[in-house]
Amino acid sequence: MKDETRFTSRIAMPVRSMAHRFTYVGLIAAAFGLMMIGKVDAVLMERARTLVTDSVAPIMDTISRPVENASQFIRKVEALWGMYEDNESLRGDNARLIQWQAVARHLEAENIALRELLNFSPEPEAGFVSARVIADTGGAFAHSLLLSAGSRQHVSKGQAVITGAGLVGRIAGVGTRSSRILLITDLSSRIPVVVEPGRYRAILAGENTDRPRLIHMTPGATLSIGDLVVTSGHGGAFPVGIAVGVVSEINEKGALVSPFVERDRLEVVRVVDFGLDGILRAQPIEERPISAPAGSDQPEANATTGAGNEVAPESD
Amino acid sequence: MKPTFGQRLDTITRNSLPVLFTLVLVVVNVVPLHIPGFSRIVPVLPLMAIYHWAVYRPELMPPLAVFSIGVIHDILSGAPLGVNALVFLTIYGIVVFQQRFFTGRSFIIVWLGFGIMALAAAVESWILVSILSESIVEPRALAFQYILNVGFFPLLAWLFMRWQHFYLRSE
Repeated sequence: MKDETRFTSRIAMPVRSMAHRFTYVGLIAAAFGLMMIGKVDAVLMERARTLVTDSVAPIMDTISRPVENASQFIRKVEALWGMYEDNESLRGDNARLIQWQAVARHLEAENIALRELLNFSPEPEAGFVSARVIADTGGAFAHSLLLSAGSRQHVSKGQAVITGAGLVGRIAGVGTRSSRILLITDLSSRIPVVVEPGRYRAILAGENTDRPRLIHMTPGATLSIGDLVVTSGHGGAFPVGIAVGVVSEINEKGALVSPFVERDRLEVVRVVDFGLDGILRAQPIEERPISAPAGSDQPEANATTGAGNEVAPESD
Repeated sequence: MKPTFGQRLDTITRNSLPVLFTLVLVVVNVVPLHIPGFSRIVPVLPLMAIYHWAVYRPELMPPLAVFSIGVIHDILSGAPLGVNALVFLTIYGIVVFQQRFFTGRSFIIVWLGFGIMALAAAVESWILVSILSESIVEPRALAFQYILNVGFFPLLAWLFMRWQHFYLRSE
């Protein structure tokens, strides 16, 4: 018995600790390896990602429901609190909007008449898939959300995700019953946009902050705070004219855009299938010469930035 | 006396609970809370769990489990794959290596230790993500996240302590 203990402490313990150390170092190397593979083969990693998210999606769907209900309840109580003020401001809004409605009706009629005159080919009808947000990535690095719909619900990669307020992001990965949205604020998000009212073309680049930045502006463009930013539809990834946000800050480095969509309020979003082929599904992007200098580290980002080539050379 | 099958099953279940609970924390970490601005600075719950078990019962949290938890955390949070796996392993390694420093210390010291470790984790992940994305990543959200990490730790640690007491008593 005593010998046995001595044996354990003398030989077995060091061997065991050495084995432990070996495993530890091996795992560190594996982590580095994963990072390298992720950098080299993004497609493979995305597939691995969707495999895991797909299997956890039902659990997260279940957990997120009561939290959503609680937050809805809190919001209702808050709404009760400010009901009088809300009513007053809504009445004012209503009066204003009725005027706008008249204007819009008039414009619509005029539009139809003009289209008939010009034989304008209408844009394709859009299909929608509504889905619940089941996970919001906790963390300072990636800005993405998980959705409770996947390829089973005909969600596919590259589709635009919107709410009533405007553009949320695009589908970056699809599993059978879950999918991942890359928000417009994410570091690797590049979206071709147009800044109203001058119709200046630009690329909206996420920076992992709350406000993405406009890059590759049309040279000589003059922006002012409050200018509306909408998708331009260049590259075929997004349809034309989805509201994105307003220009909220202009400094020497460029302009920052405040998105219309509040990430923390997202509960149900719409994945939009505009029937566009999209540059993300067309593969021969690699062959095209890509001169865009920023954000060319990921193939998806490449695709969108590549589309921006036609937009404009860099202005700053 | 040899333990019966039921006893052995009981031990296995009980020993794997810390890892399983940490996995639950990984999932809880990404549940949307609908609090404005919170999702970007939400505290890294699995880091606290890994630190806690590395300090008190490292044998219940083997390196392979730490690695897997990190990878799953990366996958669910959308971070570059491998970053949190490496960060968690580093913290785990340092704590286990400095085991003697932590044994029998008061909670304040353990908390202080977590403060230092969480800082190391934040800096390490910031450097890694910056290298991987080939740009300087905005560090402000990370700083707030660090403060929340340190502030949140006692709550989770208290929970783990209660569990551990129960666990030790029934052993």
